[in-house]
Amino acid sequence: MAAITQRIEITLETLLESVDLAESVVMRVSEAAGFDEEDVHKIGMAVREGVINAYNYGNQQDRAKKIRMTLELDPDRMIVYVLDQGKGFELHEVPDPLAEENLLRTSGRGLFLMKAFMDEFSIHRGPGGGAELVMVKKLPHPVSGNGKHQS
Amino acid sequence: MALQGTFREIGEIAIMDFSGKITLGEGSATLRNTIRGLVDKGHRKILINLFDVDYIDSSGIGELVSAYTTVRSAGGELKLLNLTRRVHDILQITRLFTVFDVQSEEEVALRSFR
Repeated sequence: MAAITQRIEITLETLLESVDLAESVVMRVSEAAGFDEEDVHKIGMAVREGVINAYNYGNQQDRAKKIRMTLELDPDRMIVYVLDQGKGFELHEVPDPLAEENLLRTSGRGLFLMKAFMDEFSIHRGPGGGAELVMVKKLPHPVSGNGKHQS
Repeated sequence: MALQGTFREIGEIAIMDFSGKITLGEGSATLRNTIRGLVDKGHRKILINLFDVDYIDSSGIGELVSAYTTVRSAGGELKLLNLTRRVHDILQITRLFTVFDVQSEEEVALRSFR
């Protein structure tokens, strides 16, 4: 039997509390998917940064806007999508936080951390124009078609 | 656990022993207010002991950087002590090890202040 993709969609309010909530949810799902403790931590942190980005920069802390988080569990990887209702942005517009002139900036490291903690990271324009962050973490032991982890 | 700090003073050096998380919201605000309070009271040599802080996000990093520049602007020094592995790794990958003076032993840290 072919392995199926599991999908979880969550709509978050544009509230500070949603950051912790999103992180907790994705960590629980990551644990259940078989990621080890370190990867669960990294995935949690990356998603935390993604939702912070959506909350602060995308939705500008506007309570009327929503953040949509989608988790997809493939046999060999987990994909997390974080979509805001802002105006969208391009990665090249974001200053490099590792550049000497930016080291003392008090913000601007979230995207860098997402890239550092996940295996793949990209930004797309969502259907309504907002930014959609896409993060991928590969499972260390992909699940076979019969639902069993392969060593 | 929300960030909590305990104040100590050894000579001229103010030491803040922190426990908890430095994250967006309460934790970051606690760090910000604590450092601002120390500077307002005239402290210019500040050692932040992060022995029991195992979690910091980008907002927390921003507050650490802000603390550093606040103390520096006041003519003082701010140093970090006892980083946990996860905080250490984040400061390393963000190149903030080139900014902060990070120490692993309190005695050595205290002697390193000018």
